[in-house]
Amino acid sequence: MAGHPRPLSPHLQIYRRQLTSVTSILHRLTGIGLAVGLLYLVCWLVAAASGLESFDRLQSFNGSIIGRLLLLGWSVAFFYHMLNGLRHLAWDAGWGFELPAAYKTGTAVFIGTAVLTLLAWVIGYYQMGAF
Amino acid sequence: MAEASKSLRSPIARVRGLGSAKEGVSHWWAQRLTALALIPLGLWFVASVVCLAGADHAAIAQWLSSPFTLGALALTIITAFYHAVLGLQVVIEDYVHGHAAKLTLIILIQFAAFGFATAAIIALLVAAFAG
Repeated sequence: MAGHPRPLSPHLQIYRRQLTSVTSILHRLTGIGLAVGLLYLVCWLVAAASGLESFDRLQSFNGSIIGRLLLLGWSVAFFYHMLNGLRHLAWDAGWGFELPAAYKTGTAVFIGTAVLTLLAWVIGYYQMGAF
Repeated sequence: MAEASKSLRSPIARVRGLGSAKEGVSHWWAQRLTALALIPLGLWFVASVVCLAGADHAAIAQWLSSPFTLGALALTIITAFYHAVLGLQVVIEDYVHGHAAKLTLIILIQFAAFGFATAAIIALLVAAFAG
């Protein structure tokens, strides 16, 4: 096939990022992260069923810095995956496929994720009597 | 017939609508329906967890003793594992190229999902009725 170079798929290192490709990759990454989070939820339920001692051990891990960072990551992943998932469902229904619309909704997903995550954590800390 | 003569696909293949993968749109459709179901279920779950922030074992046990909580939580877990299996399967199909490795991973993920979902539901029942 010399003389007829076939178009290559974009290689990651020389690929110019766009909002549309970043939102797509993040959808996959957050999906994988949430699948791991689902296993953590199972652990939490099993700990709750195993009695006070194992439950308290898991709750104190949840309260630690690493535990809080994990929960923060999972809450960001949840809100992002849900909002971007709504975007995917809208596309499946035939809405918002035009490039300006896709950029607008993509930006809205990032803003919405930040707002909902902040809201969830402010309410959570309020529940614990932080303020 | 003008429409049919343009297509390379035989009329029977068009009627069956199973495509080249021989399984039609069932995977795609199930992923969308579970996504739709997970919007209210996921929001309910996250809101519940936020409201339970800092709660002790007794408060969690009381939350789990409500039939509504049990039902909604079981539905959330089953739907989330179903959705996760469908999503992870697509990721594996895209990035794992050896046929044996691909098939093994997909089967492992399905077995793991059934196992963990069962563990979660048993834990739910134990926490609700024996805790």
